[in-house]
This record gives sequence, C-alpha cells and structure tokens, in this order.
Amino acid sequence: MSMPRLLALLVVCTPAFGAGPNLGTPISPAELAAWNIFVLPDGTGLPRGSGTFAQGAPIFAQKCALCHGDQGKGGISAALVGSPPIKSLDATKTIANFWPYSTTIFDFIRRSMPWQQPRSLTDEEVYALTAYLLALNKIIGEQDVMNAQTLPKVKMPNRNGFIPRFPDKMPPGPERDL
Amino acid sequence: MEKFAPAAGNGLLDRRAFLRGGAALAAAMTGYSVKAETLTDQPWSKEPGTLVPPYGAPSRYEKEVVRTLSNPNGEPRTQHGRTPHHLLQGMTTPNGLHFTISHAGNADIDPEKHRLAIHGLVKRPLVFTLDSLARYPMVSRFTFMECGGNSAPLFSPEPIQANVQALHGLASCAEWTGVKLSTLLDETGIDPKAKWVVAEGADAPHLSRSVPLTKILDDAMVALYQNGERVMPGQGYPMRLLLPGWEGNMNVKWLRRLQLTDMPGMTYYESRTYAQILPDGKAYQFYFIQEVKSFITQPSVGLSLRGPGFYEISGVAYSGNGRITKVMVSADGGKSWAEAALQEPVLSKAFTRFRIPWQWNGGPAVLQSRAWDDQGNVQPTRAEIVAHRGVAARVPPVLGFPSQHFNGITSWAIDAQGEVRHVYA
Repeated sequence: MSMPRLLALLVVCTPAFGAGPNLGTPISPAELAAWNIFVLPDGTGLPRGSGTFAQGAPIFAQKCALCHGDQGKGGISAALVGSPPIKSLDATKTIANFWPYSTTIFDFIRRSMPWQQPRSLTDEEVYALTAYLLALNKIIGEQDVMNAQTLPKVKMPNRNGFIPRFPDKMPPGPERDL
Repeated sequence: MEKFAPAAGNGLLDRRAFLRGGAALAAAMTGYSVKAETLTDQPWSKEPGTLVPPYGAPSRYEKEVVRTLSNPNGEPRTQHGRTPHHLLQGMTTPNGLHFTISHAGNADIDPEKHRLAIHGLVKRPLVFTLDSLARYPMVSRFTFMECGGNSAPLFSPEPIQANVQALHGLASCAEWTGVKLSTLLDETGIDPKAKWVVAEGADAPHLSRSVPLTKILDDAMVALYQNGERVMPGQGYPMRLLLPGWEGNMNVKWLRRLQLTDMPGMTYYESRTYAQILPDGKAYQFYFIQEVKSFITQPSVGLSLRGPGFYEISGVAYSGNGRITKVMVSADGGKSWAEAALQEPVLSKAFTRFRIPWQWNGGPAVLQSRAWDDQGNVQPTRAEIVAHRGVAARVPPVLGFPSQHFNGITSWAIDAQGEVRHVYA
C-alpha cells in the first residue's frame, strides 16, 4: 500500500480525533490546576502541604464553629464529633461511625467549606482541619501530621460497613489496593 | 346500552369504559338532578382582554399551583422545592414547577464564562464552551428526575398526614435535549483504565458524584434544554449531567468538570448522605437506580370528593430500569385490583400517566396503585420494603429524610365525607 493511501486510511480510521465536530479545546494540566480538586480514596489528587490538630483548632474556632459548634459538637449544622451507635435506618451518620474514607474529609472541606466562602481555605488549612476532626474523633492522635502520604493510610472505623446496592452495575475494583 | 361491569371491588370500572362509548356511560352514571343555571355574558366577554406578555405565565387564578419550599429564607442549608402533583396532569412537569434541590442556592452563571472540562484518564483533555456544545449533534428524550430521598416520609413508623406534594414531590418529568456524552468522549478518547467518571458542578459546594463509565456511555447526556427552553437555573443552567432513571443527586447541575478515573471518588454525597443504613447496621452505597414506582395524584390528600358518583383515578408511574408495562389500581386497600389505562406515549424512564374510572358509592375506600416495568420489576408493598430496609425509630418531620429510595405502594383512605387521608394498608 502506498504511503499516502495508508495515511488517508489512518485519518479516516481514527474516530477519536476525526469524525466529530471537534469543537473542544485541548487543555493542559497547568490550565486545569485550579479546578483539579478531586481527591480519590487512594490519595490521588492530594496536594503538597500538611497540618496538625494544634494548627486546626484555631482555624476551626474561627471559621467552622459558628455553624458546627464549639469543638464540632454541633450547632445549626451537624455535629462533627461523636460516634453514636447505628441502631436504626435514621441513625445519625458521623465521620466516626459512618464515613468510609479519610480522604473524603479533605475533599469535602476543600470543595464546599466554609459554607459562606468555599474555596477560601489554603491546602495547609484544609490539612489542619482534617487532622483536627480526625483527632477530635480519636481516629488519629493529636500529634499525628496529616499530609498526602499519611492521610490516605488512616483507616476509618466503618471502612467495611458498606454493600453496593447493584453489584452488577459496579465497575470492577481498581487494580491497586485502597 | 352496554352494561359496564365493575373491574374490581368498591366501584372500579373497566379502563376501556370510555373508549367504548363515553357519552352513553356518562349519561348512565349521571342523575341530572341539579337544575342548570341561566347562562349570561361575563365582563371578560364584553371587552378586549389584557396585553400579551413576552413570556407567558399561568392565569392569576392558578396562584396555588406552586412548589412548596423547605427553606424559603435561605438559611445556610439545603433548599427543596416540591412539585404539586395533585394539581397537574399528563406526563410533563412545567419547568417552573419541576422539583429542585439546591445545596447552597442556585448558581447564577454567565453562560459566556461557563466551561465544561473533560479530563483524567482520557487521551486528549478538552474544554468546551456552551457555544461549542450547542453546535454538536443533539438528542431529545423524556425522562423523569427523582431525588433519592423522595417519598422518605413513608419510612415513618406511622403514616404522616401530608399531601402528595409533600410525600412524593421530589420527582418530576421533562423533555431534555443535549449532547450525548458518548459523542464528547469519542473526541477526548478513553484510556482503557478508565472505569468511573467523577462529575462536578460550578456551584458553591462544587457538588460532585461518581458515575460508572458504562452508564455515561449508555444514555448520559449534557443537557442544555428542558422542555424546549434552556435548562432552568434550579436545574443547572447552562448545563447539567443527565443520567436517565438514576438518582437525582447524581445528575450534577451547573456541570463544569468530568474526570475519568479508575475508582469512585467516594465523594461526600456518596459516602454519607446517599448511603442507606440497613437493619444489620451495614449500609447500601451506590444505590444508582430509582426503582419502579407509582402513586395516585387524583384523588389524593387535600382533594376532597364532592359526593358519591363518578371520579377518574389518575396518577404517575415510572421506572429507572425501563418502560412501564402495567399499573393496577385498588379501591379496597389491596383486596382486589383492576388494570388502569396507560396514557400514550409510554416511554422508558419517563412518567407514564395512568387512569381508571371509578364509581364512588360514598362509603369508605382505600385507593392504591402498583406498577410493573418491562425488566420484570414490580413495585413492592410498603410492608415488603419495611421488612427488607427497616423503619425509622421515630416519626420524622414531614420534610425529613430518615432514609432514601422508598418505592413502595402509597395508600389514600377516603371516608364517608369524601376526605382523603394518608394511611398504611
């Protein structure tokens, strides 16, 4: 087959970049960075930085306690400490008695909190608040430092408390352990 | 004239009665005992009417046909607006009455500045503007949208006295038009390791949910239009993820980003809120599908019957698994059942309106409906759900969410005065 003919075939047979309208604009990781805030349960996406219980306490008092109460004991918004027993379908779900992954705490604070001013916290502040909540719930020690390496290794008490409702709709598990 | 035999106990008539001769049936069932009034020309017939507005609105006499709001003063928590099913008909929910849930208000997005990024485990990350998406080949489909927490008050240990809007108002149906995600992923290419798509909104909480790639490639779209006009702000203007038949919260509004991954994000809403505690203390997670369900909208709580005689029983049925094939109705609390007529069109994963004629004899009645879909699923009774899923430890507030994904049978009891109450039967 002649080279021009082969090239023509290749172009025609590459639907990914050839067949459609192609009106999207390629985007680089640097251009995406400000939006690229997902943290996966294995820690993928965690940024540089670190934080501790001691660093988190004053941030919590200043930016979180208004809604979540002193030391996360609850206010107009949910309590963030405590592990009430799960005895009925309407039991209170907390970080300590329910959340399966520690990474969700970091991800949710960074994307959604504080309620009135989301995306206003630095990554260091998010690590510190994450450490503060984990230590208040006695899931880590008060001296433990949370960062991209340590946070995904924190085992949550209810890690194995879940059943997929429709196993046949679930993609196969990841190739690496969580 | 033809005699219309009852189709089931307590006055249910054959669903085909009207098809065979409506006038004869109506005459047979009406006593004509009330004398007609003398007709006169009303003021609006004797002068020109009002100006035609640029954007139409319902008659001023329809002010009661509105959504009910859970948080009208915008306190720092979720806001819900519930659809008034008892005041609507057909299969389509008007855009202004489509249920909405906003976790931190409706984002007020300038469409010129909105972007949709698709990246992660793709061959070529791309970003789209609204203008560029609007040039892609589009598809339209009717689909219902339902909050996973719709009907949650029926987990209460005793029946909560509330109308169909309060109990089932977090479900609606619209025609959605947009670009299939398979079209856009053709252009980004898919890394073979990709199994999930994590979607994110541009609203203040940056709400995010994880969706299996198989669903995304099956029938998901980026919806730009709702019942012919641009998607309403409360539905995610200028674009939302549409996952026909799947849990409302996963249909991410104000969609700005789709990241292909090899594992679920375990986001807040899938880790905590939309995971359902079971009697043994474990919890379901990834309860993707809104399962087969129906409820009667007319008559229902608040719509009192005005004396014995003819009524049409009507409601909606739908299944996140497919098309409704049958709806049965009972007027005696489930002792006997008659098949309702299904209003065309009957579409997969859309509201299907059902109707059946009923001759109320003025005595006690308990109305129920039960639906079947083309995948072999049947709507469970409330007792079956409670046996499997449990019941709330205490009576929840009417707008509370003791759990989610209740698709059991709803029962409306009618007393001799024609008043309707919510009961467990």
